[in-house]
Amino acid sequence: MGAGETLQVKEGVDQETIDAVREVSTYKYGWDTDIEMEYAPKGVNEDIVKLISEKNSEPEWMTSWRLGALERWKKMTEPKWAMVEYPEIDFQDQYYYARPKSMVEKPKSLEEVDPKLLATYEKLGIPLKEQMILAGVEDNADTPSNDRKVAVDAVFDSVSVGTTFQSELKKAGVIFCSISEAIKEYPDLVQKYLGSVVPVSDNFYATLNSAVFSDGSFVYIPPGVRCPMELSTYFRINAENTGQFERTLIIADKGSYVSYLEGCTAPKRDTAQLHAAVVEIVVEEDAEVKYSTVQNWFPGDEHGNGGIYNFVTKRADCRGDRSKVMWTQVETGSAVTWKYPSCILRGNESQGEFYSIAIANNHQQADTGTKMLHLGKNTKSRIVSKGISAGVAQNTYRGQVNMHPRAKNSRNYTQCDSLLIGDKCGAHTVPYIEVKNNSSRVEHEATTSKVDDDQLFYCRQRGMDEEEAVALVVNGFCKDVLQALPMEFAMEAQQLVAISLEGSVG
Amino acid sequence: MLKINNLHVSLDDEDKQILKGVDLNVDAGKVHAIMGPNGSGKSTLSYVLSGKDGYNVTNGTVELNGYDILELEPEERASLGLFLAFQYPIEIPGVGNMTFLRTAINAQRKSRGEDEISATDFLRLVREKAATLKIDTDMLKRPVNVGFSGGEKKRNEILQMAMLEPKVCILDETDSGLDVDAMKLVANGVNALRDEGRGFLVITHYQRLLDHIKPDIVHIMADGKIVKTGGPELAIEVENNGYSDLLDEAS
Repeated sequence: MGAGETLQVKEGVDQETIDAVREVSTYKYGWDTDIEMEYAPKGVNEDIVKLISEKNSEPEWMTSWRLGALERWKKMTEPKWAMVEYPEIDFQDQYYYARPKSMVEKPKSLEEVDPKLLATYEKLGIPLKEQMILAGVEDNADTPSNDRKVAVDAVFDSVSVGTTFQSELKKAGVIFCSISEAIKEYPDLVQKYLGSVVPVSDNFYATLNSAVFSDGSFVYIPPGVRCPMELSTYFRINAENTGQFERTLIIADKGSYVSYLEGCTAPKRDTAQLHAAVVEIVVEEDAEVKYSTVQNWFPGDEHGNGGIYNFVTKRADCRGDRSKVMWTQVETGSAVTWKYPSCILRGNESQGEFYSIAIANNHQQADTGTKMLHLGKNTKSRIVSKGISAGVAQNTYRGQVNMHPRAKNSRNYTQCDSLLIGDKCGAHTVPYIEVKNNSSRVEHEATTSKVDDDQLFYCRQRGMDEEEAVALVVNGFCKDVLQALPMEFAMEAQQLVAISLEGSVG
Repeated sequence: MLKINNLHVSLDDEDKQILKGVDLNVDAGKVHAIMGPNGSGKSTLSYVLSGKDGYNVTNGTVELNGYDILELEPEERASLGLFLAFQYPIEIPGVGNMTFLRTAINAQRKSRGEDEISATDFLRLVREKAATLKIDTDMLKRPVNVGFSGGEKKRNEILQMAMLEPKVCILDETDSGLDVDAMKLVANGVNALRDEGRGFLVITHYQRLLDHIKPDIVHIMADGKIVKTGGPELAIEVENNGYSDLLDEAS
């Protein structure tokens, strides 16, 4: 139901109610911004890669890095092992670069950014003004304000629109900027770390990303610094037939700490759109990184038309001893999700955690999970995955736990729960476990259950309608993961769970 | 207040008639008890009144305060003031007891066009009601009915009843699985809610609950019908002589 469509209204219902209904019963972020765009020609080839590099005024080394990736990519084939089906993607029928015309001359400060762009983020609930805070993706009256600051990097199609709180962060020594800016301003850091966690040759989509990524976020936390605020990137795909290929690089130097949030939305389109991001995280000795995602790309309509194809490579390298990384993801959007945020536990006593909620409704397909590669001694990992399937959706957990010979006395605990709503959806669990030493321990627990009619009746007898009841039961099912999210995100995630499952019962 | 007229009910799945013409009026301010042997249709009556799936009303009507409720969804009946204390309260893992209560209260308020209860009012109210039922803070925070003992589950049902302030309360074998102390607590909770504006339908096998919740009217149900109606003395008769004499007499 779009804003333009008419809603059948009973007599005596006021406009406020109509608006409220309209708001809750749709993908909320499905509108688009009418803005003049500049596109590179369709398709991917050397010229396009050079053009993207040139648009970003990149140094020579970066251009050749990209071209190297393109050469590799041409020889690669799309992976087919995931439990997802989608029509053949014509990689030459996509735009690889789109930016608002007003961003051609990059604004020097947020004040100079095109008001239309600022309004877009305002409407999404992401105020790009520094006196305001990010209260989830929505302004929530229950959230205490002012005492929490969140810095935002806003990425619109192929470019970063602006980054807030940069100067305040700089005082703490933290670098938070768009990756295009980092390539120019901090070439040594970028050259040292880019591709060091997800190599250029890693996989089909990561290699494509390496060739054509246009923007993304860059974070560097110097030794011993606890980042004074949460950092976040908000991705918005607006243009039609345009892929978004962002690249995020986070470096937590020795003894530092950062919590990073990522949010994503896109307008409703009839045609599917491609999103292939790469996130690399480097965690040095005694450092800790928390990375939380609320992924709410347009999932396609109830008949399976349109939606985002989300092929993402996310990996953290715990290089130093006692380093820690925690991935938390709430995956509610996208028509197809192919995503396995992973941890390489290289340092001794390093720790990796992965908390995931993946919801697939209607025709959505999700194949998601994690990899925990234990290389160092006494390393620990924990996986908590909650998969929810409704409609005719298919939801697969795919996880790999690997204990190398020298990863002595290491431990993994995996808990993998699936919840089914209705009888036409599917849940699949595909664990790969490999233990190559005899002092390590791996535990795997998996359950599959259905939303119980008795539970729903109990809730409804107390006054909740069916959808509220489902949302409550499902939120209960996801509780372990919701608790791992930063507070603002947890609230948004709870509401998202409810919205994503609308129409899944009855 | 609650008017059940010639109610005939069969199971959806099989062609089996469970209720065969139940007539019963529950008036405001009165406590009605329904007693009867196993399989007489007591629990079915409570489920049909509250709108559970799986039952087919083949004849008869049920009115609550003038509304024909048989066509309404369970949540609409709840918002009109119908409450069922379950014989076997359902567990909802991961959902805190308080969250559940608050969601339920607000859902009912919303459907009646009232404002949501404020967080402070809610907390004050829930603490006050919980204290009288000896429900501690820990129990309020735990997931709904998960790991609760039989007694805790039943006390929790009464807490929900107290918080939702229904017009008609149906208690389905609330005494089953309770020891004497727990039964007293539950009965005290129910008695505290007795009020001129509220009617009760207490379904039980045994007289012992009725020692603590004194009924105004006692009905005996057998084979899908109310076969006898009387005062509190009827419950005592059942306790002393069993059902068979009564049933013989009725047939």
